[in-house]
Amino acid sequence: MTTATFDIPVGSQKPSSTAGIAVALLLPIALVNAIGFILPVFNLARMSFNEALPGGGIAEAFTGANWTELLQDSFYIELILNSIMVSLGITLATLLVSYPIALYLHRASGAWRTFLTVLVISPLLTSAVVRTYGWIALLAEQGPVANVIASMGFQPPRMMFNTTGVVIGLTEILMPYMILSLMAGFGRLDPKVEEAARTLGATPFRTFWRVILPLTLPGIALGCLLCFVLAISSFITPKLMGGGRVFLLATEIYDQAIVTLNWPLAATLSMLVLIIFGAALAVYSRVLRMIEG
Amino acid sequence: MEDNPTSWFMRIAVTILFLFLLAPVLLVFPISFSGDQILAFPPSSWSFRWYEALLGNNVMMSAFLTSLGLASVVTVLSLIIAIPASYAIVRLKVTGSEFLFNLFTAPLLLPTIVLGLAILIIFASMGLLATFTGLVIGHLVITLPYALRVLSVSLGNLNLACEEAASSLGAKPLAVFGKVTLPMMAPGIVATTALCFLVSFDEVVITLFLTGPRMTTLPVELFHHVESQADPLVASVSVLLILMTLAVVMIVDRTMGLTKAFVK
Repeated sequence: MTTATFDIPVGSQKPSSTAGIAVALLLPIALVNAIGFILPVFNLARMSFNEALPGGGIAEAFTGANWTELLQDSFYIELILNSIMVSLGITLATLLVSYPIALYLHRASGAWRTFLTVLVISPLLTSAVVRTYGWIALLAEQGPVANVIASMGFQPPRMMFNTTGVVIGLTEILMPYMILSLMAGFGRLDPKVEEAARTLGATPFRTFWRVILPLTLPGIALGCLLCFVLAISSFITPKLMGGGRVFLLATEIYDQAIVTLNWPLAATLSMLVLIIFGAALAVYSRVLRMIEG
Repeated sequence: MEDNPTSWFMRIAVTILFLFLLAPVLLVFPISFSGDQILAFPPSSWSFRWYEALLGNNVMMSAFLTSLGLASVVTVLSLIIAIPASYAIVRLKVTGSEFLFNLFTAPLLLPTIVLGLAILIIFASMGLLATFTGLVIGHLVITLPYALRVLSVSLGNLNLACEEAASSLGAKPLAVFGKVTLPMMAPGIVATTALCFLVSFDEVVITLFLTGPRMTTLPVELFHHVESQADPLVASVSVLLILMTLAVVMIVDRTMGLTKAFVK
């Protein structure tokens, strides 16, 4: 991410008039931020303590009933654990398929590197609906992937409307984020260090394990954090590829909000997602400190 | 290092992984020319029937027009709102400008599923659901952080000397901004325009919460279509969407070079 630089000297305007102008300039963005972000988010947090009435009604209350329901109902406990496990699996799979590309890109140079980087970024410019649709075509029962597996003499597994499909689809969809994070963290990887290890007689595997991997750990940590939070909050792919048979936090939020019309419960699930975000961030900063220290 | 077996192994692995990454996007091109009734790959026959079906599909066409209008309005508003805001934050350096910058870009940190639900609940009480105004505000929430970020970087990288020269030669602040600062920000403004347009045109999760049968956008309509049936119609729409994105990216690239626009 880019950060703006703020260290520009201010001209010699009168402070009071500058403040007035600044307020006027900032008012529109503050208004959108208040109506579309601050107010909705605080209202959502408040909503998680309201009481849901049958048929979509909501009673103003201050009850922890939604929270106890989430933490006691075995369906929700399984849903939460399942979401975390599936997201961790997707993160690991994304790391494994992204690492070689990132390493290759890091070593490439010139126009070839630019071209490949554009190829990595280009899927990001394509709608998640379109990419998921592509995966539905690829993984369908009589689809190309199933045909290839069958031609090799194996019984093709079901890859649609189950967790397998969701994991494959999301892994591919999150790859650009992982590759870019890895590359951002590969700065410390100097080819001279690798050469030194090789000249001193280390096997390629040993060079990777003892030199390359430790140096790239910060990038791995960043990519994993990003992919995990994106995976656990992604909605389009699980909804379309799960076919209503894969229950994850994000799809449940949507179903509770739109189908069941239980807004307090949907709000509570949303808050839970934010708590998981916070926990992931805490784990990340701990891991980073371990790597650096 | 170039010719040893590891680098060959690496090249093959990277090729396969690139195929994996690009497969779903590449696949929609052949599928869009399918002559079949249902989604299948490879198609048993080829035709343009799904492009014809798209032109005759009133729901898709009107959703496309809504998306086009929405993205245009959102892009123009994003520029009108974010250019003054970036000026106040970067140039006037108001008290707590760093805090304000973080606050105004914070919506990007929230998952869209949570943000969408939060906006749904507030907009329901304001009567903004399934209205054009509601969609515009909902989209501004996520385009403004991008706009503010790109424009602030663009403004921060400008050389102050020109503005100071204009100022000391007697130009009024507004004239300095309009005649010197704004033209110098042009690359950042073009980049912001493209980014806001694409983000708004592609937005689907937040929009899903804010649309209804009366008012729907193309990505949302595509989502509902994929959810309910599997035919090659979506592929033909996808091809047109990809070509449109490509056109936008190429316009930006021709105007000033992509790397310049987004990196600097």
